[in-house]
Amino acid sequence: MVSDNRISKVQELIYEIGVGEVMQTDLVTVDPRTPMSQLRAILREKRISGTPVVDGDKLVGIISIEDFIRWLADREEDCPIAEKMSKDVCTIYADEPLTQAVNVFQRFGYGRLAVVDRQDKRLLGIITKGDIVRGLLNKLEIHHVAEEEVYRHRVKHFFEDILADKVVLLFQYNVVGQNFTRAGEGASRLKATLQRLGLHPQIVRRVSIATYEAEMNLIIYTDGGSIRVRVEPNEIFVVVKDLGPGIPDIEKVMQPGYSTAPEWVRELGFGAGMGLCNIKKCATKMELKSTVGKGTQLNIRISVDNEAKSEDS
Amino acid sequence: MTIAEIAKILEAEVIVGSDLLNEEIKMGCGSDLMSDVLSFVKSEAILLTGLTNPQVVRTAEMADLAAICFVRGKKPGDETIRLAESKNIPLLTTPLPMFESCGRLWREGLAGCSEHKKSNT
Repeated sequence: MVSDNRISKVQELIYEIGVGEVMQTDLVTVDPRTPMSQLRAILREKRISGTPVVDGDKLVGIISIEDFIRWLADREEDCPIAEKMSKDVCTIYADEPLTQAVNVFQRFGYGRLAVVDRQDKRLLGIITKGDIVRGLLNKLEIHHVAEEEVYRHRVKHFFEDILADKVVLLFQYNVVGQNFTRAGEGASRLKATLQRLGLHPQIVRRVSIATYEAEMNLIIYTDGGSIRVRVEPNEIFVVVKDLGPGIPDIEKVMQPGYSTAPEWVRELGFGAGMGLCNIKKCATKMELKSTVGKGTQLNIRISVDNEAKSEDS
Repeated sequence: MTIAEIAKILEAEVIVGSDLLNEEIKMGCGSDLMSDVLSFVKSEAILLTGLTNPQVVRTAEMADLAAICFVRGKKPGDETIRLAESKNIPLLTTPLPMFESCGRLWREGLAGCSEHKKSNT
């Protein structure tokens, strides 16, 4: 029930967030002596529909586009804004929660509220319904980013809840051959998963790079295959399998720079004969078995205790 | 060196990541060979490259690179941009060619990846 959670989150936020956090502070104000005839230009230029009227630093009223239209409709003589503004300005304190502002908007139907300091009643900003919506969305976005942390937290607890002498996790990613646009999706999803498991960043990096290179090989040279990843407390074991065409000379493909990649692959920045060397470099142990016409299996073991084999090695 | 400083030095336009301009970049590398990038480039580096396909972003994602700058005025396609946005990897594009881009950053004191390793050990 995602939507219910979101709504309750908004309900919480509306009590948590203060008016001062979402109000607009780069204020446009007008002097009460400004003539009404100049108001239109001010509102249009600043793209606002109303503005506080300030005498010195004292808030004396609010003038809105409605007031302006009424003045136009009545075809009155030009006069100072002070004569047409609403004088009983409804204010709200910056330290009040958003819910208070929502209530006032609902009850009185105002478009904007002046936000003042509780102590010295100084004008700090104004708040509109739009500011409230924007403020809530921003907070939800931040919560969304924080969600990844929550995931990680949950996964750790999930492990604590499993009662066993040994826990092994198994993930499988299927790779479609020749599909270059989706290349790396498997490795990308694996990386996010390992990060959630809270593994050391250097371990995650090594597993990701090795898996990515292996995934590229599946895409470039085969009709596709599978990547199976077994995660144990002290080792990550990646098995990459395909059903052909197979490698005729394993010794040769292990030589740095040896490649049978077609030109289009090279143009994309791959196929330079470095993939298997890279995988070997990332791995604690690597095995490559292949039968022409049957398929290839690549085993990559990365020991988790061995964090010292970092990117420097 | 921050991403903002790099953008200034390279006269580069920021395509993705205008909210990440204050991120610190520790070193740089220039390559069109993604396997080389995966092999020797360290995390937190900026990659200068002439390639603009999505695999460049994937490579950056896997190797924990901090940013990518396309040289010689190349602009990436929508797919590359979308991937970079979803992975929060800043993308820049500079009109300068590869050699000059690297040269300028080097002159301003950005370390290379092998250099950074030496200073670490």
